[in-house]
Amino acid sequence: MLSVVATFAALFVDGVAYGMILFLMSVGLTVTLGVMRIANLAHCAFAMAGGYMAFALVQSGHFTLFTALPLAALATMILGAALERTVYRWVYLTGQLGQILMTIGLVFIIVATANLLFGSNLYALALPDWLSRSWSYGAVAISAYRVFIIGVSAGIAAVLWAVLEYTDFGAKLRAAVDNPRMARCVGIDVPWVFSITFSIGCGLAAAAGILGTQIMPLEPWYALEYLVPVLMVVAVGGLGSLKGSFYAALVLGIVDTFGRYYVPAAGAFVIYLAVVVLLLWRPSGVFARA
Amino acid sequence: MAVTQADRIKTARNGFARHRLSWIDALPFLFAAALYSITSRYLPLGTQVMIQIVFAMSLDLALGYGGIDSLGHVAFFGMGAYSAGLFATHVSSDPILGMLVAAVAGALTGLITGPVVLRTRGLTLVMMTLAVATMLQELGNANAMKPVTGGADGLFGYKIAPLFGLFPFDLAGRTGYWYALGIVAIVFFICKVVVNSPFGLAIRGIRDNPVRMRMLGVHVTTRLVTLYSISGALAAMAGGLSAQVTKLVGLDSLAFLLSGNALVMLILGGTGSLYGAIVGATIFVVLSDRAAAVDPFNWLFVIGFVLILAVRFAPQGIVGLLTEWSRRAEARRSAK
Repeated sequence: MLSVVATFAALFVDGVAYGMILFLMSVGLTVTLGVMRIANLAHCAFAMAGGYMAFALVQSGHFTLFTALPLAALATMILGAALERTVYRWVYLTGQLGQILMTIGLVFIIVATANLLFGSNLYALALPDWLSRSWSYGAVAISAYRVFIIGVSAGIAAVLWAVLEYTDFGAKLRAAVDNPRMARCVGIDVPWVFSITFSIGCGLAAAAGILGTQIMPLEPWYALEYLVPVLMVVAVGGLGSLKGSFYAALVLGIVDTFGRYYVPAAGAFVIYLAVVVLLLWRPSGVFARA
Repeated sequence: MAVTQADRIKTARNGFARHRLSWIDALPFLFAAALYSITSRYLPLGTQVMIQIVFAMSLDLALGYGGIDSLGHVAFFGMGAYSAGLFATHVSSDPILGMLVAAVAGALTGLITGPVVLRTRGLTLVMMTLAVATMLQELGNANAMKPVTGGADGLFGYKIAPLFGLFPFDLAGRTGYWYALGIVAIVFFICKVVVNSPFGLAIRGIRDNPVRMRMLGVHVTTRLVTLYSISGALAAMAGGLSAQVTKLVGLDSLAFLLSGNALVMLILGGTGSLYGAIVGATIFVVLSDRAAAVDPFNWLFVIGFVLILAVRFAPQGIVGLLTEWSRRAEARRSAK
């Protein structure tokens, strides 16, 4: 009985940690979809770019995981802003199919770059000693790294929520998501708000990519590998809804972790089944406002 | 000058006529036959081109005519390849029967996943098509399925009986070449019939304005699921063809890259005309045969740039550019 509870608790922590990483990755994508209706399939490539940059910094020997994290996230934000100002101007001009094709093209270019620079090996960032241990209470063993991820992500989520809820910029962004045209009419510079948000979204994805390497190791095809779960989070959460993405990410992270453990024969299918059922029930997202 | 009813009917007729079969449609097949008599060196490459033509045409049917933005079309290709491979391993090595089995498997995949996928719209639909393909790939790789699918090793070592009991599949790929050409012709003909039928017209209407079609009393989802299944059956035939000609089915026949490649072929050639699939697949496969042999990842660079630049500067593709060019030339002639 005790061991059942112990496994359950450990799986729960794993699931929440995975869900939190998915949430950080999906923030930028859901805002992009909500404000600009842009199908940005290259979003996970920014998580990968951040991960690889942090990896390169740590490899150089002058940085640790924690000094590399802000630097790499910042670099990814700059990369995101630069691409948003250039290539994405073209993306905005086309229809949905064009957007999909263009951003997939961007993914291919980033995948090829990653392979050119780092080869096709799997990499994970080394953890400091105090993170690689785990606490055990009797039969329950909880990994410090997973708890750390949950803590940091929850902190970031809280800051995000506070910014959205209490700052001027947050109010502008909410207005832009709810009704871009009306927001423009009352004098909000929607493209500017959007550019800033896009860049922040890239930074958050990078943070997720860096923090999550122990769960999702870096490799050139990373950008496509995790696109499906992130898109699932956004679709189930409802396009443009941060709160929806948060709940959806947690639910899907937990369902996936439990599914893989308790029904190993069905393996990864539990999460697809869950998504199909959820979307059949509410096609425009479970947590979307009606 | 007022537009009369007769003018309108004439315009509508011309609109139909552009999609009808004409003597030009025989050109690619004559070309392929000519290629056979000139050299036998490129027969395997030619067969690969034809496999991808079938795949790209099936995608064009769903995407170009039906407006279903599918990123997971490889799911059908893989289903066709695996079912043809399994059929040859366990039941019968007859190629025609195997091809029928592949087509049925593809149609069934479309019938089962279609109602779920096509209920959604926009990016959610894209995600669902991608999810179906990923799911099938995981299924092919799953430990529980290893005795059936062979896991990462795939299926190999099965035999394919001579075509019609007369022409054995030789190493030089002569029979494979003609067999593939026959399949291309059949699939092309099916696509033409579907596109020109009242059903095809309804499908194009749904692509352009689903709300209006619903108001006209068309059952949109049913039509889309039907189209998805037809397209799935044809894509599965491409997979079956690949399984029968190469006598090998691997997990890469379910990999995303194949979907991505087909999209590149279509955007290169042009969507919504079927010819775009032929032109795009030919150019893409011939180029990638050279480039990918040298360096697959640098080839990925090229694909990426081509995708972005093609969408930006020539979204109608090569066939679209040619059509526009010929239309302009015609307008100039009639102005004189």
